[in-house]
Amino acid sequence: MNGFFDIPSDLQHSYLGLIGLHLKEALLPVLAGLLIALPLGQLCVRFRWLYPPVLGVTTVVYAIPSLAFFVVLIDYTGQSEITVMIPLALYSLVLLVPAIVDGVRSVPQETLAAATAMGFGPVRRYVQVQLPIAVPAIIAGLRVATVSSISLVSVGTLIGNQGALGNLLADAMFYHRPALAVNSVVTTAVLAILMDAALVLVRVLLTPWMPRGTRSARRAPRDDSARPEPAALALKDAVR
Amino acid sequence: MNVLHFINAFFSDSAHWHGYDGIPRRLLEHIQYSLMALGIAAAIGLPVGLLTGHTGRGGNALAFLATAARALPSFGLLVLMFVLLGLGLLPVMIPLVVLAVPPILVTTYEAMRSVDPSPVDAARGLGMHEAKILFQVEVPVALPLILSGLRSAAIQIVSTATIAAYVSLGGLGRYIVDGLYQRNYEKVVGGATLVAVMALVTLGLFWTVNRVAVSPGVRRSG
Repeated sequence: MNGFFDIPSDLQHSYLGLIGLHLKEALLPVLAGLLIALPLGQLCVRFRWLYPPVLGVTTVVYAIPSLAFFVVLIDYTGQSEITVMIPLALYSLVLLVPAIVDGVRSVPQETLAAATAMGFGPVRRYVQVQLPIAVPAIIAGLRVATVSSISLVSVGTLIGNQGALGNLLADAMFYHRPALAVNSVVTTAVLAILMDAALVLVRVLLTPWMPRGTRSARRAPRDDSARPEPAALALKDAVR
Repeated sequence: MNVLHFINAFFSDSAHWHGYDGIPRRLLEHIQYSLMALGIAAAIGLPVGLLTGHTGRGGNALAFLATAARALPSFGLLVLMFVLLGLGLLPVMIPLVVLAVPPILVTTYEAMRSVDPSPVDAARGLGMHEAKILFQVEVPVALPLILSGLRSAAIQIVSTATIAAYVSLGGLGRYIVDGLYQRNYEKVVGGATLVAVMALVTLGLFWTVNRVAVSPGVRRSG
């Protein structure tokens, strides 16, 4: 592996620098998407008529190809990192809204009634009861959003070397050095898997009442069989 | 609206409508790549998803496989395959299929698992054999979800087939890649518009298939 981590100098970054840049370009949009998706999801839960049209819009937005999105944005934000980040933020938003709505809706009615009876106001009820119960569903959405975001940053290469680790791919072709492409693919995949694992860890830490198995991790909360148990436990927590 | 002006300029230029680099030809190439990739991915994902979903075994292995496949960057894979295998359809098909199999596989599995077990038990009680149960009871009920998996795979393929142009193949991505290199922004926006429209048409197609193929009883309860 002679020189495997030697990065051509035209990329203006070391290997670690590229990784940092890649993570910045991939994770900031996901974070932005989450911050917008939380209130939006709450609105969709509160006003039921709002959800179908929002779902329609999200499906359409997700159908817009990333490369097409990037190049149309060049006219407004130039060939820059922000041009790559805006579409990624939108894609994350689109993935997260349904996850949040499904998660919050999976909270049983009696749990909400109990919280109200204990004198929880709407805000406290949302933060202490609904959100914690929705965490597994939200994290499931976050995992998909993060992994696809990390993968899509590479496409930024096409709009003037804005693709962080993806820029290695262009250089692999210019300099006829396949090792650079291998490096890019392997590093990106490892980053994605590490971030995915980190999110699973976050879920385990945030939901101590859940069974430790992988069983309920990837389930969208469509099946109610696994739900009442954590909800009941969460209730006990709340009672304390 | 600057972008609208570019779109208008691109589509009103008659030079873009015929010849080797004409819209019809590029569109056909794009459709060809997309259908081929979707066909291969469905041929892999559907049977495996149906069987594992029917027996209820291997869900964890599937989820693990899907996560691993999702972690592979399609664009990176495309360039890597091109560098290793040279020019041809194969380096384009590999990343597209890797991209499309996980959503088909996982959604099909989940769809089969979400079928209400009581009609399946009833069918078994009536003496139907397993294959008949699978295709006459489970699949019709699971069809909306299975189709949604195929839909998201198809849209991702249509979007991603664009980058085939980067490794010197055809398709609608040609306009975007060439336009960027030629500093011809009109061409870039035109190509982007065409791909976006094609993705939306794919959405519409799946919506139509959904209306036609899903039985009305299932749609009512859904």
